[in-house]
Amino acid sequence: MTRRTVGANRPVWTAVVILVALMVATPVLAVVLDGVGSIGEAVIPRGLPEMMLTTLALMLGVAAGTLLVGGGLAWLVTAYRFPLRNTLVWLLVMPLAVPAYILGFVFLSVFDVAGPVQSALRAVLGSEVWVPQVRSLPAAVLVMSLSLYPYVYLLVRAALIEQSADTYDAARTLGAGRGRTLRRVLLPLARPSLAAGLSLVMMETLTDFATVQYFNVQTLSVGIYLIWKGTFNFHAATQLAVLVLLFAVAVLASERALRGRARYHQRGGRGQSIQPEQLRGARGWAATTLCIAALAAGFLIPVLQLLAWAVQEAVENPGFLADPRFGEYLVNTLFVATVTALACVVLSVTVGHGMRMSGGRIVASAVQLTTFGYAVPGAVVGIGVLISFAAVDTALERAGVPGGTGLLVTGSVLGILYAYVIRFLAPAYQAVDASFAKIPPTVTFAALSLGAPPRRILARVHAPLARPGVAVALMLVAIDAVKELPIVLLLRPFGFTTASVWVYELARENFWEKASLPALVIVAAAVLPVFVLVRHAHRAETGRRASS
Amino acid sequence: MSPRPFIAASAGLITLMAALTGCGIIGGQPADLQIYSARHYDLEGAFGQFTDETGITVEFISGDDAELLERLKAEGVDTAADVFMTVDAGSLWNAARLGELAQLESAVLDGAVPEDLRDPQGQWYGLAMRARTVTYNPDNVDPSEFETTETYAGLADSKWEGRLCMRDATSAYTQSLVASLIDLHGREKTLEIVRGWVANNVEIMSNDILLLEAIDAGTCDVGINNHYYLARTLEENPDLKVDLFWASPDGAGTHVNISGAGVVEGSDNPGDAQRLIEWLATDGQNPFVDGNHEYPVNPTVEPEPGIAAFGEFKRMPLNAEAYGDLNAEAVDLLAEAGYK
Repeated sequence: MTRRTVGANRPVWTAVVILVALMVATPVLAVVLDGVGSIGEAVIPRGLPEMMLTTLALMLGVAAGTLLVGGGLAWLVTAYRFPLRNTLVWLLVMPLAVPAYILGFVFLSVFDVAGPVQSALRAVLGSEVWVPQVRSLPAAVLVMSLSLYPYVYLLVRAALIEQSADTYDAARTLGAGRGRTLRRVLLPLARPSLAAGLSLVMMETLTDFATVQYFNVQTLSVGIYLIWKGTFNFHAATQLAVLVLLFAVAVLASERALRGRARYHQRGGRGQSIQPEQLRGARGWAATTLCIAALAAGFLIPVLQLLAWAVQEAVENPGFLADPRFGEYLVNTLFVATVTALACVVLSVTVGHGMRMSGGRIVASAVQLTTFGYAVPGAVVGIGVLISFAAVDTALERAGVPGGTGLLVTGSVLGILYAYVIRFLAPAYQAVDASFAKIPPTVTFAALSLGAPPRRILARVHAPLARPGVAVALMLVAIDAVKELPIVLLLRPFGFTTASVWVYELARENFWEKASLPALVIVAAAVLPVFVLVRHAHRAETGRRASS
Repeated sequence: MSPRPFIAASAGLITLMAALTGCGIIGGQPADLQIYSARHYDLEGAFGQFTDETGITVEFISGDDAELLERLKAEGVDTAADVFMTVDAGSLWNAARLGELAQLESAVLDGAVPEDLRDPQGQWYGLAMRARTVTYNPDNVDPSEFETTETYAGLADSKWEGRLCMRDATSAYTQSLVASLIDLHGREKTLEIVRGWVANNVEIMSNDILLLEAIDAGTCDVGINNHYYLARTLEENPDLKVDLFWASPDGAGTHVNISGAGVVEGSDNPGDAQRLIEWLATDGQNPFVDGNHEYPVNPTVEPEPGIAAFGEFKRMPLNAEAYGDLNAEAVDLLAEAGYK
């Protein structure tokens, strides 16, 4: 453990952190208990070793892919100036707004055997022309990397901007080249952000179910569904879920390892950011092309395809456009996303502050517990919420409370919100924690020694200093929540539908032209927080430039 | 974040949650009947017509068979659901086995639904039928090439090498077909059949529509599809170069599966729930099945013209217990054969 905590023995804050952890971890633990409790009853599915290898290969592949694309682009737009750079800086985040399950389908319909690309190839080169297999692991890695790279891009870019140019200039004046400075100075300093970004990406990959299935890649998450639905054996499915969780533990452990024992807060005030270098002529346009290619693959092409379908549908069936469900579902979607984002941020800041106020092994483990929900597929989290409330009900009825909690979970949106918080607290905490990590303990010490009580330090010192992380956390959770499908599908009360459920209902029956309109609603709803996120980053950046 | 917005955000959040819990949250008066449905297509139309005829209002939550079943189990006696509707006979059998469905006694249903398409104890009834059969590109295949006594097994013949496209092993359609083959032939023979498909380098597609488009484009010659996907695609594009062959016309017949429903045990409105199922099996057959080009289960009801054009076929009798019981074995067998 690094010295990120100040003092110990503040039982109130210890209790607060443990309470949050228990609340968030209970449903996940319920699933684990179900899985572990039924070992021996359920058969181990054939092909499990292969699923594990596939999962590992996919995760490493996507990690490498997002590192290359996200990290590379972050470096490119931070260290260089080239045509359209100022616009591309924020456009490059846009792929976040396209859910991977939509991107996967669009990719297949464009590039698969009957799609326009291969049809054109066959028309020009004859029917025997060789094309790489579209439904394959490498293609899944490619599509998921293009969809998830913004996580790495955002976090690495923020880290690069936050680094003062002094460090960079010092390395340069000491004779290090740009590349060497990047490797030896900037990258090590950006390590926490890099690690955080990659672990988010790997968790998303681990729990993805929809995209991998389009590419016929059998990961452990696909295995959960295969066993659950194919064998009518829920316990066998929870056992696989435990295995998925173990993978997540491995990811979190490697993230810790990658962060290392070092401290990353820079002493003194923040200086000027790195000054970008102008790329001229062909090199400049090459940089522009690279950025546009990533943007096109992850955002422009899928959105254009959706628009094309939408226009086709609107022409055939103009009444569909006036469907009042668009408005209703959009409002529902934005509502759950906003509440979830606020809840996750409040909890993250509380936990981060509690961690700082009251360190120790127990608190640190409790904090780790809060992040596991992100590593469990949404449907499993939903089931965890259901079975833990069923258990509470039984206990309450035994204790003489008739009816127990009744239909608290599935009779209202509370169940959805609870499950969302479990699922998305991890990205929120990652972002907030990254900001906390940069607050030197001396600041907290100073506040304490001046006699400020912890509550006041939270409000006046920690929360304000964690502001960059808070903003990122709000937006990341909002975007994730807008796109989320399995939880809302499982836990929604009668009369409550979101845009993603509508897409699911239509897409499940392969009505892609029809599904394109609600899919565009999701993209539009997700673009909103993406845009705010970018504006915020932009303001922070220009603000720093101006103040220096 | 300065202290004030932080506190404001927390306060706002707490108020919002309180407001939500307080006012019963979203949606007004619940409908008379509440339905968990794994089937989504055309429900609004059919239910709307039911409400017009009977005055009984209906609302539904769509989802997936297995997930809705877990929800039903967890909600127990508190559940709001009156009817559980799935798209797989095995799931219905499983829900009945777990005691989630009430036993009905209904002369109407016994008369309307053929015996193999309903539960002997009256816990569930089939309402719409789909067939999973062979589709092919008439430019590249002469239907006389198909094996007439066991068409599914015939596709394991080496003459189809490099010409086959099928759905993935994760698909419930594939699993249920293989489960019925295990029921018909036993495990060993079925394993041989699936190994034959794999040996023919079967191309695995992740959805039925893409599969039909691949056959149309000529990148595969033969596939296995649900009949209604072909009907729908033909409706959109009458020039589609895909024809349908009824599997095993001289043998056991074509594999079918059903969408069906049962009344939830503990429903607070079982009378109306039963009435809805009875209506769907009789007067409601056409509004319920036609939009999705499915076959009515009720032999007195005519299928819609699009699928009537596919002609009569002999269907394999549906053994729901086998679908439910053997599905796990089908999953295992597919993995053993290396079928993805």
